[in-house]
Amino acid sequence: MMAFADLLERLAFTPGRNAKLAHMTRYFQTAPDPDRGHALAALTGNLDAGRAKPALLREMVGQVVDPELFAMSYDYVGDLAETIALIWPTAEAPRDIPLATVVQALGDASRMQVPGLVAGWLDVLPPSGRLALLKLVTGGLRVGVSTRMALTALAAIGTVPRDEIEELWAGFTPPYTPLFAWLEGGARPELTIRAPFRPVMLSTPIDADGLAPLDAAEFTAEWKWDGIRVQAAAEGETRRLYSRTGEDISGSFPDIVDAMDFDGTLDGELIVRRGDRVAPFGDLQKRLGRKSPGKALLKSHPAALRLYDVLIWQGDDLRGLPFAARRGRLEQALRGLHPDRFDLSQTLDFADWAALAALRADPPDPVIEGVMLKRRDSAYVAGRPRGPWFKWKRDPMVVDAVLLYAQRGHGKRSGFYSDFTFGVWDGTGLVPVGKAYSGFTDEELRRLDRFVRTNTTDRFGPVRALAPELVVEVAFEGLNRSTRHKSGVAMRFPRIARIRWDKPAAEADRIDTLRALLP
Amino acid sequence: MTAPLETLLIPRPEGLYCPAGDFHIDPVRPVDRAVITHGHADHARVGHRAVLAAQQTLDIMAIRYGADFAQTTQAADTEQTVNGVRLSLHPAGHVLGSCQIAIEHDGLRAVVSGDYSRVANPVCAPFAPVPCDLFVTEATFALPVFRHPTPETEIARLLASVDAFPDRAHLIGAYALGKAQRVIMLLRQAGYDAPIYIHGALQRLCDYHLEQGVPLGDLRPATMDKAEARALQRAIVIAPPSAFASAWVQRFADPVIGMASGWMQIRARARQRGVELPLIISDHVDWPDLTRTIEEVDPAEFWITHGREDALMRWAELTQRRARPLHLVGYEDDPE
Ligand SMILES: [Zn+2]
Ligand SMILES: [Zn+2]
Repeated sequence: MMAFADLLERLAFTPGRNAKLAHMTRYFQTAPDPDRGHALAALTGNLDAGRAKPALLREMVGQVVDPELFAMSYDYVGDLAETIALIWPTAEAPRDIPLATVVQALGDASRMQVPGLVAGWLDVLPPSGRLALLKLVTGGLRVGVSTRMALTALAAIGTVPRDEIEELWAGFTPPYTPLFAWLEGGARPELTIRAPFRPVMLSTPIDADGLAPLDAAEFTAEWKWDGIRVQAAAEGETRRLYSRTGEDISGSFPDIVDAMDFDGTLDGELIVRRGDRVAPFGDLQKRLGRKSPGKALLKSHPAALRLYDVLIWQGDDLRGLPFAARRGRLEQALRGLHPDRFDLSQTLDFADWAALAALRADPPDPVIEGVMLKRRDSAYVAGRPRGPWFKWKRDPMVVDAVLLYAQRGHGKRSGFYSDFTFGVWDGTGLVPVGKAYSGFTDEELRRLDRFVRTNTTDRFGPVRALAPELVVEVAFEGLNRSTRHKSGVAMRFPRIARIRWDKPAAEADRIDTLRALLP
Repeated sequence: MTAPLETLLIPRPEGLYCPAGDFHIDPVRPVDRAVITHGHADHARVGHRAVLAAQQTLDIMAIRYGADFAQTTQAADTEQTVNGVRLSLHPAGHVLGSCQIAIEHDGLRAVVSGDYSRVANPVCAPFAPVPCDLFVTEATFALPVFRHPTPETEIARLLASVDAFPDRAHLIGAYALGKAQRVIMLLRQAGYDAPIYIHGALQRLCDYHLEQGVPLGDLRPATMDKAEARALQRAIVIAPPSAFASAWVQRFADPVIGMASGWMQIRARARQRGVELPLIISDHVDWPDLTRTIEEVDPAEFWITHGREDALMRWAELTQRRARPLHLVGYEDDPE
């Protein structure tokens, strides 16, 4: 438990991705089986140890600490599990309890036995172990690690590539002892996984200059829809909908899963579609947030797949075929599928890049965010190879905004003010519309940094409020309505394209300009 | 009981005042005669006419404020008489030179402890409990959630992080007086004998500790250029926390930012500081040491100068001790 607690502690405070990976890899290398397997399950959301409700914990701590002193402490600390971990009396000689022992015992315990077990562990563990235990039993681990990151860290303990692990991942179960044995030099396990996730093929960005030397005749073009890329896999009774990083999102999309009466693996864009009309991304977001959507939501926000590709069909692995051949198989496959849930991503007719540029400049639907290009002879390969697939995004929307707040960056940007909140005019005031921290040269970072230091008007913890002086050109990919933001709009992928040292703040854009761009 | 105690000590807006001896202890505003417990800026202020303090505290005040920080200064002996009041100094275990002030008059003894700690500290003498009728205590970490781990375990965490990320410089925030030198000494005691880099703001106080016989080892100024900073391996740099918001930090590529403070026990406080490696190292008593000290000193009454007095008042109620919060204004929460 203590090694796992130490890992959680470092992950909670480490902002950098590489450092997070290093902490996880070190843990996987040093922790014993089956502890490390349970930890992997906890990090990837596959550990079901959430056995205690906050009310139960409060009751337990009420029996060992004066309630008034507890209330003052909780008020100061602000987090229940943390307060209890700190305030619980520490044993004369604290000792460690293996993570596996805890997981096993929780799994076997009846509801009535849980409080006694937890109190017994709290009595012997040191404080940091108590916090990890409490986070585990309340199911509130939250360390900001995706399955893909955890598997990347895991791959680093051996020589098996992450993609290969990802492909078999769904076939393993906690505590993953055969998986660790394989990664540490054992034989590749023979698994009979049904409907496994297949690593997705991704495209690289390109622009008109990059396309010029390429032969347009060698490529197929399709619209790039603003949804999320998914993989639908069905085999026997098993049906799974995966995100492009392999998270199983079937639970949120029962309407899609119900319609997956095929045997194969399809690649497509998940969208909300009403008849022929594709809804804006915001509609899909409503569905993504819901673990088990109700009937009303399923009806008002029906999900659909717009199919791009077929990987496996009725037992045949088609990934080695040229794209053009797979496309033919996809068109055939579609005939048997329910038209409300599945349709085909159209291919575009174009004679040369200029013709495609004209199409891209005037797409038939606002939910299109550009075009995708695929070499007709391209096999389906995992990852992001440069060459076979490109995305040529529609020019981003831009707006001139004023910097309002600055925060110091992490990692390579340590010490520099590099995270900015910006706003636009609303009446005579400025209303925040987004946050961005990318796209600066070193020289710009230094100049911005000087600007922040000399224009700070107030400080809130690590955040500095700025005099509204500096205009930046913000590029973004789209705009949604938002009730969480005071401005009523939320930007997608905003980034600072240019710093307008020359432009007076009064000439920045107004909120009406943004509202006019709402879908 | 209350009335006679107040001939010995009364709280006033400018600080604790001893009417019998006509002097203030750690006053926050300029006064005629001040007795100072230790050199932290909120306790040792500039502008008093006459100052009585331990020689080391006077030296530290001179380093910080210049030699003319008061009209007259007097180095306290272990024991002396001031206007008929017996005044003695006892180690407080907080920072170099830190003392508790004991005053006796008409058979009553009051002890003003200033800031204090019960954990062994290689830069100063350990706290000596003095039985008394009135004990005046701080309450910086007076909540039962504050139970600081041993500083040695925290230093071990720092060294483990240095092993894990040898090419990322470890920048540790520590206050210039006391904490910085303590972290350095803890590293030395843990066997880290490489040069330790220090920010310019720490130089004079580190030099003074060396003069006073605290073996800080090989210290180098952290004024290297970018190329040198990025070539360092296993480097530990100590700096005042304010330095992390300055341009100075930009010479390090992807540093691990740490902070040595008792506040680091609370995650929200550590997050607020943007700290990647929180080190719980405190120069103040935590909750168990604070309550244990009051039990040991066993005063008829104790007063609370600054910090979280409500939890301590509740503890007094539960243990049936007489206590009084003074709500003194002017002592900072954060000079850890
Ligand atoms: Zn102090
Ligand atoms: Zn203080």
